[in-house]
Amino acid sequence: MSGPSDFQPTNPVLKWIERRLPIFGLMHSSFVAYPTPRNLNYWWTFGAILSMMLGLQILTGVILAMHYTPNADLAFRSVELIVRDVNYGWLLRNMHAAGASMFFFAVYIHMFRGLYYGSYKEPREVLWILGVIIYLLMMATGFMGYVLPWGQMSFWGATVITNLFSAIPYVGDSIVTLLWGGYSVGNPTLNRFFSLHYLLPFLIAGVVVLHVWALHVAGQNNPAGVEPKTEKDTVPFTPYATIKDMFGVSCFLIFFAWFIFYMPNYLGDADNYIPANPGVTPAHIVPEWYYLPFYAILRSIPNKLAGVVAMFSAIIVLAFLPWLDTAKTRSSKYRPLAKQFFWIFVVVCVLLGYLGSQPPEGIYVIAGRILTVCYFAYFLIVLPLLSRIETPRPVPNSIADDVLAKTGSKAAPMVSTVIALVLAGGLVAASVQNARAAEDNTPPSQKWSFAGPFGKYDRGSLQRGLKVYKEVCSNCHSLSYIAFRNLADPGGPGYSEAQVKALAAEYKIKDGPNDSGDMFERPGRPADYFPSPFPNDQAARAANGGGLPPDLSLIAKARSYERGFPWFIFDFFTQFQEQGPNYIVALLTGFEDKPPPGVSIPEGSYYNKYFPGHAIKMPKPLSDGQVTFDDGSPATVQQYAHDVATFLMWAAEPHMEARKRLGLQVFVFLIIFAFLMYFTKRKVWANAH
Amino acid sequence: MKGLGIVTTASSAEHPTRRDFLFVATGAFAAVGGVATLWPLVSQMNPDAATIAAGAPIEVDLTPIAQGQDIKVFWRGKPIYIMNRTKKQIEEARSVAVDSLRDPQTDQSRVKEGHDNWLVVIGICTHLGCIPIAHEGNYDGFFCPCHGSQYDSSGRIRQGPAPLNLAVPPYQFVSDTKIQIG
Ligand code: FES
Repeated sequence: MSGPSDFQPTNPVLKWIERRLPIFGLMHSSFVAYPTPRNLNYWWTFGAILSMMLGLQILTGVILAMHYTPNADLAFRSVELIVRDVNYGWLLRNMHAAGASMFFFAVYIHMFRGLYYGSYKEPREVLWILGVIIYLLMMATGFMGYVLPWGQMSFWGATVITNLFSAIPYVGDSIVTLLWGGYSVGNPTLNRFFSLHYLLPFLIAGVVVLHVWALHVAGQNNPAGVEPKTEKDTVPFTPYATIKDMFGVSCFLIFFAWFIFYMPNYLGDADNYIPANPGVTPAHIVPEWYYLPFYAILRSIPNKLAGVVAMFSAIIVLAFLPWLDTAKTRSSKYRPLAKQFFWIFVVVCVLLGYLGSQPPEGIYVIAGRILTVCYFAYFLIVLPLLSRIETPRPVPNSIADDVLAKTGSKAAPMVSTVIALVLAGGLVAASVQNARAAEDNTPPSQKWSFAGPFGKYDRGSLQRGLKVYKEVCSNCHSLSYIAFRNLADPGGPGYSEAQVKALAAEYKIKDGPNDSGDMFERPGRPADYFPSPFPNDQAARAANGGGLPPDLSLIAKARSYERGFPWFIFDFFTQFQEQGPNYIVALLTGFEDKPPPGVSIPEGSYYNKYFPGHAIKMPKPLSDGQVTFDDGSPATVQQYAHDVATFLMWAAEPHMEARKRLGLQVFVFLIIFAFLMYFTKRKVWANAH
Repeated sequence: MKGLGIVTTASSAEHPTRRDFLFVATGAFAAVGGVATLWPLVSQMNPDAATIAAGAPIEVDLTPIAQGQDIKVFWRGKPIYIMNRTKKQIEEARSVAVDSLRDPQTDQSRVKEGHDNWLVVIGICTHLGCIPIAHEGNYDGFFCPCHGSQYDSSGRIRQGPAPLNLAVPPYQFVSDTKIQIG
């Protein structure tokens, strides 16, 4: 379709170049004059959105790589230093982490759109297969990227996923050793994953070029599914498609920015704020949300090899779609049965995703098996069968006819959707009942000054919390990511430079070696970090009855609890993110002298209502009157808990105020921009209708 | 299609001005947004907060440095020469005609009054950044092995390609035997 261009530059320099390298003509014929069907809807803007996301991921990724250290001992800390110390590091990291999710979100819409409108059918098979390859590369890239922060989920995700290959008969174990570069996941694994995580996006970009090339040869599909026949069926790519894509992109950016500035941890896992520990597996290993449906398929098959094969087949089957669905009619708009099954399939995928995030027990396993069968049945039975038995409705003669007919019927009865949604709702509700019955130790929600889009830390509370930490917590817990200088940072406890200097000087810091090779102690400086109470983990364990008091710098982000359906959906809109501090308060106030009847606590442990398993090694740390505040705040455990939780939230995210402030500015900008884009788009398209 | 820019496609029908205003406003908004996005992308290359904090002033004890000796300490990743000059070195530095120098500076202006024997300079050649060797060269000062610049006992450039004297870092005497650099 994009044949030789008749584009002729007039500028003599451009002319000179064009004669030798016809790049302007190529650009012009591909992105300016290129005819696009005039009836494309907004689902088609996801191609442009994906291109932008790829570019953005590469850009932010290259920048993060400037500050990241791919070493098992340093990686976790280097990511924290990016977020805490690098100028706008928190922003870049949020963009990259949320960007991965947005990339997958957009690619899923793009794929479902292709599925619905039959974009994989002749002559677009190669285009579709290239898309499947991009998707596979994306999954590999996303997985390896998730390993890099080297938290608990990174480490155990890497262990579980690489172990998938051990299912291969005979050579499986050797392959896994080869992947690891060792006898377990370790530093060599991290290094190679970093290298490959940097490489793969450029491979993706290469395949994207092929994908776009194939697209420009076959031409775009469109909602009517009929090929353009005359000039009247198409509009030039620029300005029409460009402006529409840009409007789509600007709307997508609003959605994206919500995650970056307001819900940065919504899609992540709290466990990944705990540094990787090869000795302890988290209770609940869950991959990133975009792998969940496949994870559910893997788990629903009770045989290792078969499970792995099923999981990979679930992706590979997509590549065979053009030959499984042989119906002549492309668009599901004109296929009454295919359309219903499409929506059922969408619901199946969403439910599989939900199941993938739940523990593999009870009703979840059975539901998982049923849905796995449904998933494969859609491709292997429903689509081939429908191609034979379905009578499609007549398709419009041309795209122009389709555009004219648009004003007609719109209220297509979505009976199937309704049925499917009811079914899904029932299933989810059942599983929620299941989960509810099990436990009722959810920490009660507290009021926090830093909650919500305009939230700010309460300076008094931060200063009191620091006092509680210094006088009580610091006897056992380190705070090793916080430097004294941070106490004077904007958005923090608000001490002056001089106060920080004085505070730092109270501490003895180990330094050295000096010229004679000895370690020595000196008074702290603002640049020093809070010293740890124990020289190493072993000493800390020995002094605490075998339990390791965790570092508190990230504890407010590393602790969370299930909100359950439907709360996790409301949380997205209400910006609820205070699970961490809620949990800290609950834990500090949840000690009970006597365990309730029927609960036995082992020797050396204490009963706590909110601690998972209830047996905690830490004795009740706070009691009324233990710490006196200068500002007259009540000396109660409740007050201590609230203040120290506020302080620890700040310690976990010192730039929260900057994040929310910048977020507001970005939102105002993006909303105005989207409006402008909308009206510009309307004006431009006024010519085309 | 003529392409290139939306504005050229205007059919100048009813409201040409209102339409143009919309296009210009949208374009301007996009441009402002693009530039604002660039800011954090570039700003992240500057030294991070930990690096800046680590560049705080340091204190150096001068007692171990005998006459005619020097030590090298690091401040902000830069080598700092602290030289306890001999009488001869000081005299040499002060006897040269200031006007004849490439980068005219008196020796007095390069040391702290009352502590004339102490020369504190950043040991980075002003040519292209190599570290000159102390007590070498023809001027009883520093010699840069890279391209042969020679500095005198006051750290001033005397010969070779370097354009400027060795820089004096900010420092002060906290006591007679202790200085604070930075
Ligand atoms: S760097 Fe010293 S002379 Fe060139």
